[in-house]
Amino acid sequence: MAVLTYREALSEALREEMDRDDAVFIIGEEVGEYDGAYKVTKGLLEEYGEWRVRDAPIAELGFAGLGVGAAMVGLRPVVEFMTWNFALLAIDQIVNGAAKIHQMSGGQFHVPIVFRGPGGAALQLGAQHSQCFEGWLSNVPGLKVIAPATARDAKGLLKAAIRDDDPVVFVESELMYNTVKDEVPEGDDVIPIGSAEVKRTGADVTIVTYSKMVHQSLAAAKTLEEEGIDVEIVDLRTLRPIDVPTVIASVKKTNRAVVVEEGWPACNVGAQMVDDIQREAFDWLDAPIARVTGLDVPMPYARNLEKLVFPNADHVAGAVRHVCRGG
Amino acid sequence: MSADFLGLSRDESVELLRLMVRARRLEEKTAESYQMGKIGGFCHLYIGQEAVAAGAIPALRDDDYMITAYREHAQAFVRGVTPEAIMAELYGRTDGCSGGFGGSMHMFSKDRNFLGGHGIVGAHLPLAIGAGYAIRYREGDQVCLCFFGDSVVNLGAFHESMNMAARWGLPVIFLLENNEYGMGTDIRRVAAIEELVDRGRAYEGLTSVAIDGMDVLAVRQATAEAIERARTEKRPTFIEARCYRYMGHSMSDASYGTYRTREELERWRSDDPILSYHRRLIDAGRLTEEEYKEIDHEAIANAEAAAEFAERSPLPEAGSLYAHVYSDSYEHGIGRRDAWRAELS
Repeated sequence: MAVLTYREALSEALREEMDRDDAVFIIGEEVGEYDGAYKVTKGLLEEYGEWRVRDAPIAELGFAGLGVGAAMVGLRPVVEFMTWNFALLAIDQIVNGAAKIHQMSGGQFHVPIVFRGPGGAALQLGAQHSQCFEGWLSNVPGLKVIAPATARDAKGLLKAAIRDDDPVVFVESELMYNTVKDEVPEGDDVIPIGSAEVKRTGADVTIVTYSKMVHQSLAAAKTLEEEGIDVEIVDLRTLRPIDVPTVIASVKKTNRAVVVEEGWPACNVGAQMVDDIQREAFDWLDAPIARVTGLDVPMPYARNLEKLVFPNADHVAGAVRHVCRGG
Repeated sequence: MSADFLGLSRDESVELLRLMVRARRLEEKTAESYQMGKIGGFCHLYIGQEAVAAGAIPALRDDDYMITAYREHAQAFVRGVTPEAIMAELYGRTDGCSGGFGGSMHMFSKDRNFLGGHGIVGAHLPLAIGAGYAIRYREGDQVCLCFFGDSVVNLGAFHESMNMAARWGLPVIFLLENNEYGMGTDIRRVAAIEELVDRGRAYEGLTSVAIDGMDVLAVRQATAEAIERARTEKRPTFIEARCYRYMGHSMSDASYGTYRTREELERWRSDDPILSYHRRLIDAGRLTEEEYKEIDHEAIANAEAAAEFAERSPLPEAGSLYAHVYSDSYEHGIGRRDAWRAELS
């Protein structure tokens, strides 16, 4: 198996799906001549031409909606947002358009579209460029929401997203494009949407997390192992539909849970997970569920303050200790 | 202009009248059913604007696309959605053109390449250029006809869509129905431009024309030219059709008294699209009064039959609630989060 970066894995998925299906095209800012703001679409314009790799004006509402319309009549658009922060300009097209048209039309029109781009904080990008919106988007019936943590998952899930007949929100990460590298199977390794994966098996406590927090959690697990705490990590991978059975099975085994996410605490993915766990596994819990989140503030610019807001492996380890030992 | 009926045969020219009369009678029946409580929600009627739908839509081919906003019952009808399917949708029944899931504002027909009625002002213009993009992508020669109201000219979606359509040569006809009011706001109070058609002049490659939207043949002519330009030259057109709605914005407001006057309404009604076209057909010897009466009786009977059909059509079953949320089966955490509702199990 080849070792690929997260970015290379995404590029491979796009290229393979464009080869497999003529209906797949990419539209977004800087995706063509510039090779993509984060180089995920590097070389694709030259290979596939401008109708399949379309440089859009800076008009997110317009080009996201163009994708929705094209999807309604049978194409499979991959709409790239330079970051999910900019997708707020297009949120009406995602929530009122893409997510609703299949049901509003009584099932007549499918909207097979992927909205993809990086989310979350990077480094000192300030308040408008450091936000997690996957929780908002997971709130919406009609959307599917994916946030992979590894190169393998990024490739396999992007392929699944492109082949899916419904609108899929695909949240990547600026911080992972280069730094995350892992083995990616050759060929058609399509990972089903809605399946979580146990990224580390353990007996004492379950960490439920996704995206870059999987890596902070793995780092925390290493530290905790030395202290005699055996951590299991469930990587949700898909936030809607969410694989509750895998989470519940793990919690019933370990009897403890810590839910970790990068974004704000209020009404977010972790809050929903706590509800799912207490509903289905209350009697198996030996301790209250703990949450680790980003702090409840817009992201400040100053490096020291940003560091304070961002949840890290130490925060995760602290929460696990608290759940396992109390106090 | 268009004294020769644009080369339409006698039957073709009479058909445009028939479509307008049937559309109006269907809307009148809709108003009646709404007042009887048989139709719920928001309900925006098209009465007064029939010449726009009847002039534009029959100029399309079956394989062309059409998309519109939420004042769309008559447009759906002219496009070929049956009155039964329209009325059943309004009644929220399974035989509705959206299976009872859409309602007044969200009628769709895949069979008729009707990409729907959309409820967020202006948000469907990007969808229209998406259909146009797909046509170019496949090197087809269809077009997409997109209706919208005057308030859309002040939205970003309007400019973003026109810009991309013009820049990339997308076969889209942007058909603005300027009925002068966005809900209760006179467009002249909120648009910093005298003639709305001039908004289109910002875009190279986009042809912009203003026409009398109360004149079915003027609409037909401008739309046919725009369709031809889109089909053969791959160029978009912006048409401003000046028209008027006789009713309030929706069934919830009066047709005059607050933001517009009775005199204004009466002035427009004196130029009624059905009556004036009926007169022209009679004067040209293409129609007799008897034939017109027959058309009208048939239209009334047709609307009645549609309402009776809707009344008999079954309500959607509770079991269909999740059927169209996704294309595949509804499973995992979402369905199970609703499991507390005992009546669903």
